[in-house]
Amino acid sequence: MRQLRIDLSKCDAGRATCQHECESSCAEKVFKLTDPAMAALHVRELADGSGQAVLCDQCGDCVVVCPTEALKRNKLGVVVIDKKVCVGCYMCMGFCEKEIFERNPEWTEPYKCISCGICVKACPHAALEIVDVPEPAYRIL
Amino acid sequence: MTQFVFDPTKVMDIDFTKRTEYLEGLEAIKAAHKVLKEITFTPSLPDKGYNNRSLYVNVGTLEVKEKPVTQQMKDVFIGGRGFGLWHLWNAVKPTTRWNDPENEIIISPGPVAGITQYAGTGKSLVVSLSPQTDIPIDSNVGGYFGPLLKFSGFDALEIQGKSECDVIVFIDGQKGIIRIEEAPQDPVDSHVLAEVLTHMYAENQADMVNISVVCTGAAAEHSLVGMLNFSWWDLRRGCIRLKQAGRGGIGTVFRNKKIRAIVCRGPQVKGDLNHVADFETIAKTGIKYHKEIRTNDPYQCMMRRNGTAHIVEIMDAYDLLPTHNFQYGSHPDTHKIDSAYWQSRCTQKTVDGCWYGCSMACAKGADGLVVKTGPYKGHTVTVDGPEYENAAGLGSNCGVFDPDYLLELNFYCDTYGICTITYGTLCAFVMECYQRGILNKERTGGLDMTWGNAEDDLEMMHQMARGEGFGVIAGQGVKKMKELFIKNGWGDPQLINDIGMENKGLEYSQYLSKESLAQQGGYALTNKGPQHDEAWLIFMDMVNKQLPTFEAKAEALYYFPLFRTWFGLNGFCKLPWNDVVPSNNAQQPEAHKIPEHVQNYVDIFSATTGIKIDKDELIHQSAKVYNFQRVFNIRMGKGLRKDDHAPFRSLGPVTSEEYLSRQERYDKQIAEEMKLDPTAMTLEEKMAAHRSWRQGRYEQLTDAVYKRRGWTPNGVPTLERLKELGLDVFPEVVDVVKLHL
Repeated sequence: MRQLRIDLSKCDAGRATCQHECESSCAEKVFKLTDPAMAALHVRELADGSGQAVLCDQCGDCVVVCPTEALKRNKLGVVVIDKKVCVGCYMCMGFCEKEIFERNPEWTEPYKCISCGICVKACPHAALEIVDVPEPAYRIL
Repeated sequence: MTQFVFDPTKVMDIDFTKRTEYLEGLEAIKAAHKVLKEITFTPSLPDKGYNNRSLYVNVGTLEVKEKPVTQQMKDVFIGGRGFGLWHLWNAVKPTTRWNDPENEIIISPGPVAGITQYAGTGKSLVVSLSPQTDIPIDSNVGGYFGPLLKFSGFDALEIQGKSECDVIVFIDGQKGIIRIEEAPQDPVDSHVLAEVLTHMYAENQADMVNISVVCTGAAAEHSLVGMLNFSWWDLRRGCIRLKQAGRGGIGTVFRNKKIRAIVCRGPQVKGDLNHVADFETIAKTGIKYHKEIRTNDPYQCMMRRNGTAHIVEIMDAYDLLPTHNFQYGSHPDTHKIDSAYWQSRCTQKTVDGCWYGCSMACAKGADGLVVKTGPYKGHTVTVDGPEYENAAGLGSNCGVFDPDYLLELNFYCDTYGICTITYGTLCAFVMECYQRGILNKERTGGLDMTWGNAEDDLEMMHQMARGEGFGVIAGQGVKKMKELFIKNGWGDPQLINDIGMENKGLEYSQYLSKESLAQQGGYALTNKGPQHDEAWLIFMDMVNKQLPTFEAKAEALYYFPLFRTWFGLNGFCKLPWNDVVPSNNAQQPEAHKIPEHVQNYVDIFSATTGIKIDKDELIHQSAKVYNFQRVFNIRMGKGLRKDDHAPFRSLGPVTSEEYLSRQERYDKQIAEEMKLDPTAMTLEEKMAAHRSWRQGRYEQLTDAVYKRRGWTPNGVPTLERLKELGLDVFPEVVDVVKLHL
């Protein structure tokens, strides 16, 4: 499955030499939203000066809890939401241990990273990459 | 006692998509349907939780009309159970009985019902005059019907009249059509009928989730204990699932009206069809709660793994698991039906939950059961649960500790339309009567009703469904069985009355209340009869000793019945309130009320309706409806102190075996509580002392509770109390009360 990964030793996380290009490109190009805070990934500077990334690793826990099968893996193994059948229950948001889901006041359906790679291209430090990894085993949640 | 740890390797490997199908005759069944009445309506979606109209259907006269939901209805009755009681009050007279045409069945989901972001928000409340109690019964049930009804455009459905032929009422909230159809060839039992009708009324596979069926089964036609099943389509299993409006015989009323089913086809559900006033608050509260379930449930009740059956072994450990008709509170074989077994037997690798967004997901399913007896012998079926009440009632209370038989009893109760709680208690009564010679094989028509004989237990149930033999007598319920056995001179009337676990005509649910005075009141000082929907105080009272005085018990019996009534006004489930709690709950003031969750409910109501309330107003809302229901009972000839008496089995040891089995406890109470010397007393004297002491305490509790509730010593709400609650605006309510002051 396609998985987005980050090398935090390369990521600047907005500290000096980046403008959160990954988040801006994700918000604008993927979800047509102007606010980078609405992106489906986040890089942050922590209080101790280190960087932190909030990324979906396509683990599939959200697929397990979704009552409507709106969340499914596509042919590439990436977990995607079918907005047409999503009922906006947010169980995916509550059960995602990495808290990668986003929502905004305009939509009742949440959204998430689809491993599209636009952020990979946007990152000035080449800190992000898309890799192909095996799908993890189903978890009973 | 340690909690079991879930072990995924022990879950049985059962194909949860495989079961017997019943669709072969679908086209012929459909072709036999004849439209008796069809009207069109304009579908609508609620605004802030309300459509401001309800639907009235008379299956006798075929009248179908819309009725306005007035501001006064919303102010006083909120919705759900409140709307049901109000419609019923207006429909019946004091002389009306359950089988009169004017009796109604009202289904109302409440203003909050249908939101998808918080656990337990898809409930329907069903109200009718009960064939068992002759007063209003209300039942809180899951499944998709209530929300789909509301998203079709109606805050309540009132069904009145009696049809001459079997009918289906179909509400199509997509096309705006209501039809009454004659349904001469439809299957009778729920697991078949709901499957057939879901396929019949869905226009395609994707439409299945938009269908919900309300139906019952064969036993509802021949007994007074019939219940209603509410269906939903289980996507992953590819089958219908059922939840039950169990108590009080509403299924019996349904079939008496010759209704085969009510089917609603709603619009596709989305995240804000309720058009709430403040979606953000509901979204945030819901996500917070989902996280709490994720984090805490595996270490607390494990509702996602076991459902409510998680408490079987806890009840046994505290001597509270009803065993052999509430004689005892534990049994050496309980481990065969404990939560470790159910979490291995129930399918874990799928999504449960009887409405969208229920992260508590207690609607477990046991798949792949091959039925051993009766008309579905050899069929592979999915059984809902079992829930705790079923494990205890059908299991330990009748001495049945074989889990496959327990599942089969559960399956047949569901599909025949029998309340599992009621059946468990009435069968346990039959078995004790058999043990004591009040019944024998001659009187039961050959049934050997010894403890644990699941095959004859099932045969009694099959008889109930066929309308034959002793099953018909058992299906009248404990109260009428008691009257019959006494009339026939089959046993000592006092013994029969003492061991028949009913009050107001309704059977007790499955907790042993002998050592919890507060729970004795929690059962019998109720509006509809003994159930645990109003108050479950055993742990607070008996285990944690948090209610040491009559006043403290009375306060709990004031607050909790009102708090829990509120769930039924709004379409909430009770379980998410306290079957998981915040990690810091124990450190909060009034931790037993789960203050953070109370605030969640206050926030969700305010955010749905736009009406700001606080936790005190929440109780005030309930108090209006609760007291209205009490007055309704009085209007129907009950609802007074005499109707709140409890059978002695619920208060203490009836027989010498019971006394001797817990002699140390009872002797200690004689010494410490009664200040007598048990060593100087005979067994009969000790039992008499207990009876007098326990009945005296119960009367003192009744006095304290009535006082706290603002009722007279006869259990009548005072005029001052009615005025406080604003119920004095209804002259007919005041008139009922005045007759008893």
